[in-house]
Amino acid sequence: MVLGLVALALVAAACAPNATQSTLEPKGPYAQQSYDLFVPVFWVAAVIFIIVEGLLVLFVFRYRHRKNQTRIPPQVHGNTRLEIAWTILPTLILAGVAVPTIATIWDLAAKPTGDVLEVNVLAHQWWWEFDYPDQRILTANELHIPTGRPVYVTLCAVGFGYGTPVPSQGGPPAPSACQGPPDSPPPAAIGAAVIHSFWVPELAGTQDVVPGQTNHLTIQADEPGVYEGQCKEFCGLSHAYMRFKVVAHTPEDFDRWVAEQQAPASSAVAGPAQAGQAIFLQTCVACHAVAGLETATGQPVLANGGPNLTHLMSRGCFRGCTLAVTDGNLRRWIADPRSVEAGSFMPDYGLSSEEIDQVVAFLNTLE
Amino acid sequence: MASVSVPAERPGGLLRRPHATRGWWSWFTTVDHKKIGILYGITAFAFFLIGGSEALLIRVQLARPDQTFLEPAVYNELFTMHGITMVFLVVMPLSAAFFNYLLPLMIGARDVVFPRLNAFSYWAFLFGGLFIYSSWFLGGAPNGGWFGYAPNSVTDPTRGMTFYAIGLLITGIASTVSAVNLAVTVLNMRAPGMTLFRMPVFVWMGLVVQLLLAFSLPVITIGLVELLFDRLFGTHFFDPAVGGTPVLWQHLFWLFGHPEVYILVLPAMGIVSEILPVFARKPLFGYQFIVFSGIAIGFIGFGVWAHHMFAVGLGPVANTAFAVSTMIIAIPTGVKIFNWLGTLWNGDLRFATPMLFSIGFIAMFVIGGLSGVTHAVVPSDYQQTDTYYIVAHFHYVLFGGAIFGLFAGMYYWWPKVFGRMLNETWGKVNFWLMLIGFNLTFGPMHILGLQGMPRRIQSYPASLGLSFWNMVSSIGAFVIAISVLVFLVNAISSFRKPKQMEADPWDARTLEWATSSPPPEYNFEEIPVVHSLDDLWHRKYAEIEGGRVVPVAAGGSGETSTAGTQNTEHAGGHAIHMPSPSYFPLIAAAGFPVAGYGLIFGVPAVALGLVISLAGFFGWALEPSAE
Repeated sequence: MVLGLVALALVAAACAPNATQSTLEPKGPYAQQSYDLFVPVFWVAAVIFIIVEGLLVLFVFRYRHRKNQTRIPPQVHGNTRLEIAWTILPTLILAGVAVPTIATIWDLAAKPTGDVLEVNVLAHQWWWEFDYPDQRILTANELHIPTGRPVYVTLCAVGFGYGTPVPSQGGPPAPSACQGPPDSPPPAAIGAAVIHSFWVPELAGTQDVVPGQTNHLTIQADEPGVYEGQCKEFCGLSHAYMRFKVVAHTPEDFDRWVAEQQAPASSAVAGPAQAGQAIFLQTCVACHAVAGLETATGQPVLANGGPNLTHLMSRGCFRGCTLAVTDGNLRRWIADPRSVEAGSFMPDYGLSSEEIDQVVAFLNTLE
Repeated sequence: MASVSVPAERPGGLLRRPHATRGWWSWFTTVDHKKIGILYGITAFAFFLIGGSEALLIRVQLARPDQTFLEPAVYNELFTMHGITMVFLVVMPLSAAFFNYLLPLMIGARDVVFPRLNAFSYWAFLFGGLFIYSSWFLGGAPNGGWFGYAPNSVTDPTRGMTFYAIGLLITGIASTVSAVNLAVTVLNMRAPGMTLFRMPVFVWMGLVVQLLLAFSLPVITIGLVELLFDRLFGTHFFDPAVGGTPVLWQHLFWLFGHPEVYILVLPAMGIVSEILPVFARKPLFGYQFIVFSGIAIGFIGFGVWAHHMFAVGLGPVANTAFAVSTMIIAIPTGVKIFNWLGTLWNGDLRFATPMLFSIGFIAMFVIGGLSGVTHAVVPSDYQQTDTYYIVAHFHYVLFGGAIFGLFAGMYYWWPKVFGRMLNETWGKVNFWLMLIGFNLTFGPMHILGLQGMPRRIQSYPASLGLSFWNMVSSIGAFVIAISVLVFLVNAISSFRKPKQMEADPWDARTLEWATSSPPPEYNFEEIPVVHSLDDLWHRKYAEIEGGRVVPVAAGGSGETSTAGTQNTEHAGGHAIHMPSPSYFPLIAAAGFPVAGYGLIFGVPAVALGLVISLAGFFGWALEPSAE
């Protein structure tokens, strides 16, 4: 009875409309392949479930002890034919499941051919960085992709090896295949290099992001839309807050987005934003890059472990995509990062509330 | 209880050999497998209450979205400690309690083969558990998950994972020693006529579990030592920056961790295989097939570990191989379930509480087994791995399976162990509450996982649409808690009744029911001679032509004077030599946590701990046998 309800609930859940990160609603061919295996296996399991639990319930009712019954049942010790039958039958069923399973394993492992967008995904403690090597775009928290085109994702866990995870004092950074040529410096990071896991259930299955190991995953969205994603492997204190979104555009919209992202930020700002820019150049540049901005000595402001902020205002979210980009959230975040995110690697510079307003005003110019 | 040890002692040794077999102090020095079994049981149950409370806190935090009842640091400690507790400090030692108490009785032996070593195992387990729990007061509990994935378990700045490594090394010593002890006991201490294929299935499963422990614990030991060295001594086993490999830890952990799953569930399978025939009043269907499928599960269990790692990026070859091996292990598991159904078929089923829990075990384990097969479908597992679907799956195996089986065993053997029956009405309340609470808690987790809720997250946003089933699950957790309280009340109130229990209240089939309840210290006055599988049953009933069964007349062939053992002052008891109690197992084990604290807080305690343990072992070796 209870079991029946559970089974019913499972079936009902398949149709639940309100889950926004569901594996049961694939929105692209790669997620569809996983789903197309899950559904038939689920029904095979459901049939076996009904047969076995049905027999159990039947036996429990049929052979229950009745009052005044003194018979001792026949002492049956077994039946070899039955044993052989219920060994072979499951073997055949499993063989039937194994064939499409193995075929799909190899399908999904193959690198897609043809018109493919390549993106490097760098997993930090606790946010995602997206590097488009061909488009020369570096962004965070939101992965923008075109619809109908496979996106071949290269997954790298970045950060420092053992030792205090602070660049100035820390141990050596973990090597990473997302770093380009072997002799170039590894991608900058601030946290520790630990295992993460990249997961957008509506677009593809999971792939772990392992320090010192390069993993790949292909995702694809058929329709424009926003797809929820999340780090799935426990990666330390704020693991639950390491989320991201995949934003799928039509190819034309995607090209427009690329062009916008490639444009540098305008360094000509005025009013409180100008004061904010000055503060930014003294403190935030230690970690955050803004393309088009120059330091007092004329150096470009390059990424150094924190999210690239060149087009911050074009994003919907920050802090592992768990906060909307609003003035209030930005203020709270700059004022005391650790009260917003447990164990945050963003330092608190002790800015006054006026200074924070100025920085936020500057950030608002980064469209 | 008979005073079976002769009090006269030769001088010599470090300490006078204790000889009390009664009184509270005797529990510290006992080497009696039955007392040690009870100690294991009580300790494991205490940890069960603690681990359960941790689960309740977790469920309160997750009951609604965006809650801040527990901050991430505490939440991570709680889910880690819940896992460590339930695996290493509850299900393993509770199974050890049954093995300790029952294996010698079931094979017609007077004790295990190394009684003092047995006591040592218990104390090492207790100290290991207390050591891990002391971390709450010494800078924070382990917080990297029971699976302790490196590098996170190394780079974490608190010392929780150091406690984890050392604590599990200590309990690992306990389990290894106990595995060797019990395996040798089963192989060497069987009563005359008790051939391997006359052993009860529970004894078989006990043997398989001990061998699994003996071969899998060394693997995790290597991993834990490497983790400890990385944390304490600056080695870099799992640090890719200087040539280490994070995935190495995962291989070591799961090469232990998957056999561990069978270490946790095979004892319950053994228990259920004992209970079903008794309450169906017919023999186990396909005894040999159940035994061989248990052995097969033990072997294949070593070949499936990477199905925990399908998303790690081992490549399609490895994923294919482990998908196939995982599907293969489902076959012997299925064979067992069909044979249990065969045992029920055409039986005369009496639904006492042990039987209810056993049937609950089958019903729930089938669900856990079927969801397990879906993990073998790798591309499907790419979605489900690390979600609540997995949490649901392994709770159906380890709670719906192992814990239901262990509760069945507690209700079944309670009269044997304590000489008193647990109340049947409360037992049934216990069962139904637990069954309903269990399914309310873990059934919805299948849905949550499929709807995209990852494991080990301290909070989830309302926008994911996961709120309803999380609330249901949290309510279910409290129903389980009530059912456990019912058991606790039942257990405690059973001691208010006088101790007067017949030897064989269930009309059972195996040898432990041939002696008094509780058994005398020496178990059997005369070592029984075994003529068949289910020997006790065959002493009571004879099969006549056509498979029909009739009771054997009292005093008929094969009947031994079991009634006489009720009288513990029986003359026979005095002549039986039993090993004397000893202080040394406790002392030898007490050095381990001291040395463990030394590794964390300073070298002198390491030396002190080693001195204590060595003194214990020396005293032990030189201890006179008290004759």
